[in-house]
Amino acid sequence: MIHFIVHEADDTVGVMTVDVKKGQSLTGWNMTSDKTIRTKAAQDIPLGHKIALVDIPKGQPVIKYGESIGVATKPIKKGQHVHTHNLKTARW
Amino acid sequence: MAKRNGSKQTGLQLDKYFMGYRRENGRVGIRNHVVIMPLDDISNAAAEAVAAHVQGTKAIPHAYGRLQFGEDLELFFRTIIGTCANPNVAACVVIGIEDEWTNRVVEGVRALGRTKVAGFSIELKGQFECVRQASWKAWEYKLWASEQKRERCHIRDLWVSTKCGESDTTSGLASNPTVGNVFDRSLGCTMSFGETTELTGAEHICVKRAANKKAAEDYMRMFNRYQELVKSKGADLLGSQPTKGNIRGGLTTIEEKALGNLQKIGKKCKFVGCLEPAEMPKGKGLWYMDTSSAAAEAVTLWAAAGFVCHFFPTGQGNVIGHPIEPVIKITANPKTAELMREHIDVDVSGLLQRKLTLDQAGDLLWDMMIRVANGRWTCAEVTNHNEFVLTKLYPSA
Repeated sequence: MIHFIVHEADDTVGVMTVDVKKGQSLTGWNMTSDKTIRTKAAQDIPLGHKIALVDIPKGQPVIKYGESIGVATKPIKKGQHVHTHNLKTARW
Repeated sequence: MAKRNGSKQTGLQLDKYFMGYRRENGRVGIRNHVVIMPLDDISNAAAEAVAAHVQGTKAIPHAYGRLQFGEDLELFFRTIIGTCANPNVAACVVIGIEDEWTNRVVEGVRALGRTKVAGFSIELKGQFECVRQASWKAWEYKLWASEQKRERCHIRDLWVSTKCGESDTTSGLASNPTVGNVFDRSLGCTMSFGETTELTGAEHICVKRAANKKAAEDYMRMFNRYQELVKSKGADLLGSQPTKGNIRGGLTTIEEKALGNLQKIGKKCKFVGCLEPAEMPKGKGLWYMDTSSAAAEAVTLWAAAGFVCHFFPTGQGNVIGHPIEPVIKITANPKTAELMREHIDVDVSGLLQRKLTLDQAGDLLWDMMIRVANGRWTCAEVTNHNEFVLTKLYPSA
């Protein structure tokens, strides 16, 4: 059973393939390297939403598909939910 | 398990050859349609009457072709002529209200190296007489077309377009990367992607995939041209992406949404040039086309540019088809794959549970591409989806 998918080796977030609960032990899969990743959910995270795989300091880019998808608006801890409350576009 | 040219992982044959129809101009088709094409809206009735007379011919009714002018008229002719000349069409009967524009289509199709095309007009003889004459020609073409033989062709002769629709979180996760996996295999096909509006806000990421300076400049010119048009109508697309539904589904930024869309062109593919709507590519490789993100409008433009097969990843289940360009549907959403089974050609939902690798998913799509090229009907063909939607640039005179 896997809980989340990661696209590229250097991505700092993964995407949930099921709803998960705070404290749950999670198994992820890196689609490109075919490696298994294990981590813990720091919060409830719904299917389709992102989880931080590393600590991301405020102002740093968040990496998905091997590219920046925006910047962290506050420090994000490994295992936390990454969405509009802590990530914004770098365009404006 | 592995066969020649085959995949070690899936055991699928993964042929580099298929059985196609080589046309008199050298292009290769995967279908053998005899099309009855109305020039204009008021000739739909005659075209449909002919198709009803002659078994195995197909009328393609549409809403336009009268009093168009300028760039809008040029796009109209490019679309109609390109559709009739598409290699999936064996022969074509054109019916219009009057001679002049009807002949413009016939001559346009001939100029593209196609010979089995004839035009008929309704004025000065009436619909009944026009239908009688056109039916005899359609009868002759159908008998001729029915003896055309498929021959062995290399996949570098396939022209494949792609766009996604009714996307959801499974599209960026799995079905778009599946298309990208096949595009990245450098099969030598001519390929195309588009959807100018969907890339709004992430044009800086898309432009990095240009193979040369001219392609990059043309892409930005087309992108900015559309932004200006939107602004001139008092709207602004910047800030409209991602949508509220996207955000509920977990997408946070426009960069993320556009990157999910761009997964369809894989990780390595670069686009060699940009095409105006319905414009034919001038060489092999991947081409960007300035298209709408509306499925039927976009596929109609690609078919008119000569593309013979379309990859359509979908999340929630868009059911679109086209009269002459087979549309292969790919989904990674297990609910869509189950509840909308009659529309889905390739189910890659196993990716979400690691029951498939990305290479295996790509193998499944490649295998389906060859099967469809060999003649296997797509679900869109079986379910009678014949969407033909002309792109209109502004009102007619």
